Amino acid sequence: MTDRKTRLATVWLDGCSGCHMSLLDTDERLIEVAKRVDVVWGPLVDHKEFPADVDVTLVEGAISSVADLDRIKVVRARTGILVSLGDCAVTGNVPALRNRFGAGAVLRRAYLENETLDAQIPRQVVPELLPMARPVHEVVPVDVFVPGCPPSADLIFSVLSDLLEGKRPTPAAIFG
Amino acid sequence: MTKAPVRIKTLTIDGREVGAREDQTILDVARENHIFIPTLCDLPGLTAVGACRLCLVEVRGVNRLLPACVTAVAEGMEVSVSSERIDRYRRSILELLFAERNHVCSVCVTNGHCDLQSLALKLGMTHVHFPYQYPRLPVDASHERFVVDHNRCILCTRCVRVCDEIEGAHTWDVMSRGVDCRVITDLAEPWGKSESCTGCGKCVQVCPTGALSEKGKSVAEMSKRRQFLPYLTLMREARR
Ligand code: SF4
Ligand code: SF4
Ligand code: SF4
Ligand code: FES
Repeated sequence: MTDRKTRLATVWLDGCSGCHMSLLDTDERLIEVAKRVDVVWGPLVDHKEFPADVDVTLVEGAISSVADLDRIKVVRARTGILVSLGDCAVTGNVPALRNRFGAGAVLRRAYLENETLDAQIPRQVVPELLPMARPVHEVVPVDVFVPGCPPSADLIFSVLSDLLEGKRPTPAAIFG
Repeated sequence: MTKAPVRIKTLTIDGREVGAREDQTILDVARENHIFIPTLCDLPGLTAVGACRLCLVEVRGVNRLLPACVTAVAEGMEVSVSSERIDRYRRSILELLFAERNHVCSVCVTNGHCDLQSLALKLGMTHVHFPYQYPRLPVDASHERFVVDHNRCILCTRCVRVCDEIEGAHTWDVMSRGVDCRVITDLAEPWGKSESCTGCGKCVQVCPTGALSEKGKSVAEMSKRRQFLPYLTLMREARR
């Protein structure tokens, strides 16, 4: 292997951003990680297009909308190792709570029942919800699973360290 | 009348020679010898029923896997409690339990105290390979002090057995088959309307998951107290 830095991306789909917060909670250890990676994509990156030839992508969140679905397909195609980070990505978790009631019930609750002024369900700008929120691996193949809501900073750090050393981690971690 | 003397059988578990009384199961002997076999429906003090299949083991000369909790020991039996095949089956069983109801550990009353959740960790379940079913299931909070949440029930029937065998009320039972199978109180009436329930709470304490909980417990607050069971069983045996 060359000394080329690992091209790392993180993607935020239907999650609360808690997994990204937990990643930041690795604190000063991030400096070590930063020396060895190029962060080529993340929630704060401004480009429109997900870059090509990404070595490792961490995905937070379930696949809940048409936009999530389109995004994850591109991400999968352009990523070497895809990591489901956290319970929403691994199990569907809280976003999937709605699956028993259907997307229509969620939209009615959010946009009609709880709205007094000019209540209407948006048809533009907001991406269309899929009938069910699904874990990432039900939609595209996933290489590494990191459960937890959120996974602890220590766990994320150990997974990242393994990946940067070219190892394939199988983290022993509890759901929830 | 004099009792027939108890016979002793010799068998091997994972190559280790162990002795057992003839009335013991493979699980009893394994436990006595500190050999781990995962279980969910079994609880010492209650009749074994073989409901969850987590305790499957291999017995030499038998093609299918056998549940250790309801398989009696036999002379010369060669048992394996762990192998690539057994581990794979056990993980699949666990995954099916997660897929067939709605388990959302992060917002569950027993998060961190749950037998199903900790077994998933122990058996190395990384994710569920089967499609989640997302059934629409009721929560019955009609009882003054307890709640039954069918989303978390794994149909182990511990509640049924403790209520019948220890409390003597037989409030719980099982209704329907397959995916429609449910635990019920009395004749499928709301728990709060039950005339047989004494409110003892034993079912709540033996339930391995968040399906039965005490009211007022929030996320991760419901840990179970099971100390009463060996005590009551001992007292009962002493009376016989
Ligand atoms: S019952 Fe156990 S496995 Fe199911 S959601 Fe609750 S903590 Fe998780
Ligand atoms: S509280 Fe006691 S009597 Fe009532 S259902 Fe549970 S075990 Fe049976
Ligand atoms: S309610 Fe609890 S104890 Fe009863 S069958 Fe379901 S999981 Fe088992
Ligand atoms: S413990 Fe044996 S089948 Fe459940």
